[in-house]
Amino acid sequence: MSIDQSTAAKVAKLARIKVEDEALPALAAEFNTILGFIEQLNEVDVDGVEPMVSVEPMRLKRREDVVTDGNQQDKVLANAPDAREGFFAVPKVVE
Amino acid sequence: MSDLNKLGLAEARDALRAGDVTSVELTEACLKAIDDADALNAFVHKTPEIALERARAADVRIKAGDAPSMCGLPIGIKDLFCTKGVPSQAASKILEGFKPEYESTVSQQLADAGAVMLGKLNMDEFAMGSSNETSVYGNAVSPWRRGNDDAQLTPGGSSGGSASAVAADLCLAATGTDTGGSIRQPAAFTGITGIKPTYGRCSRWGIVAFASSLDQAGPMTKNVRDAAIMLETMCGHDPKDSTSAELAVPNFEAMLTGDIKGKKIGIPKEYRMDGMPAEIEKLWADGAEMLKAAGAEIVDISLPHTKYALPAYYVIAPAEASSNLARYDGVRYGRRAQLAQGDGITEMYEKTRAEGFGHEVQRRVMVGTYVLSAGFYDAYYNRARRVRTLIKKDFEDVFAAGVDAILTPATPSASFGLGEMTEADPVQMYLNDVFTVTVNLAGLPGVSVPAGLDGHGLPLGLQLIGRPWQEGDLLNTAYALENAAGFVAKPGKWW
Repeated sequence: MSIDQSTAAKVAKLARIKVEDEALPALAAEFNTILGFIEQLNEVDVDGVEPMVSVEPMRLKRREDVVTDGNQQDKVLANAPDAREGFFAVPKVVE
Repeated sequence: MSDLNKLGLAEARDALRAGDVTSVELTEACLKAIDDADALNAFVHKTPEIALERARAADVRIKAGDAPSMCGLPIGIKDLFCTKGVPSQAASKILEGFKPEYESTVSQQLADAGAVMLGKLNMDEFAMGSSNETSVYGNAVSPWRRGNDDAQLTPGGSSGGSASAVAADLCLAATGTDTGGSIRQPAAFTGITGIKPTYGRCSRWGIVAFASSLDQAGPMTKNVRDAAIMLETMCGHDPKDSTSAELAVPNFEAMLTGDIKGKKIGIPKEYRMDGMPAEIEKLWADGAEMLKAAGAEIVDISLPHTKYALPAYYVIAPAEASSNLARYDGVRYGRRAQLAQGDGITEMYEKTRAEGFGHEVQRRVMVGTYVLSAGFYDAYYNRARRVRTLIKKDFEDVFAAGVDAILTPATPSASFGLGEMTEADPVQMYLNDVFTVTVNLAGLPGVSVPAGLDGHGLPLGLQLIGRPWQEGDLLNTAYALENAAGFVAKPGKWW
């Protein structure tokens, strides 16, 4: 499988990372190197093998569906790049 | 006592309890060593006030006869651990200015046990790297040099700052984390001991996530006894981590008898790689001889899927990273890019992540995005997870055949020069983890023990891999190997 520049641009878009057009050829080449390395996995017979979910076969624990935490708006917002009136502030989302 | 920073945890603990030294004296010695070692770029956020406050509190407890396991012992904390009120950036620009309002479970347990935090340690950005060259703080530098050559060498990665700091005696021990070898490879490169416990032993809560099914914390120390002491403090069930094991933590130090008579040690033939340097091959053979001389039985074993561990890892780890790192969006914490007039929320995400993530992190996030994307999920991600099942089964089969531990080299070479790999393609750098990454995929405990020097006088390490949850037994085998290898070399001080 070979990745071209338009695929590289699509992946960057999906990952929400801005990549300038002039950087796309190098990015596509790097992807191809890494994916070429990964291609080795196709040599393995995986018929009937379950994909691993967790190294320890365990059921994730459940807890009571009750409030355990809260009332710390100031702490939650303390590290926000832009917080106003008790909210996270972001650029306008809807016109 | 002089050179207090050169002590290990056990020695310092015993000296503190005997009243020969105070925690304040130990801490001041380390703080001075840290200030003298800026050339190593190991400590990236120093916390002398916190350190001295905790040291004074520790001295009070020791005097009162109420000293917990690590009372008064000064250590460094990898920047990946969230520490309350102290910058915790995972060596990334995107977390610039981030000061957590909470403390990671592991660093809290260390603090509760009386350990003194000296500061935060350099690392590869988001723990992605094997040479500590992807850090926003710049490279961490190894205290080791090739003879009289003054070229700067890598302390390994991702826990490069931790390795450099412990090897240079800036602290008594340090925390590390290990997703593909990030404790064991830097430990091997710098002549120290590092153990990654079984997946689930140490809580991941409050540790910045890289690949959640692989990440584990562990200690990086000056010897095996110290690793046992510190690991016990770091382990334990935590309801805040749903994969944390509900198992009792044994007294690992008490299990260090050095007696390994009758233990079966496996030598996996697949780890004999083409082009392996002769000195690594010799070190490995010598290690097997030492364990045999100590009474162990050496058996040849096969782990047939070893070759596929690295490619499987480079699907699974980036896939999980792309998901985990989606949280860095410039909204809730860290750094937001400067926006242009008219930029909307998508531009905010894209610019923030392009500016905030370094090159290697961007590459892995995008590879992860690709292998998880519609049409490729089965071909890449699910196939890698199936191969992972087979890799784990390889280990289960040898353990079922009675093998107690597996001996391998820790790394395919000694430390290399900073910048030497810049021109290489990313896969060349990934090969550093060829002997360690299988252990993460299988969730097993693995320990790196310094065992010799190469022709340039650089440390080389051997790795022992244990059965799940048998860290005590594994550390005891490591202790026997340490005793036999008698590694005492230290880097000459040039910084």
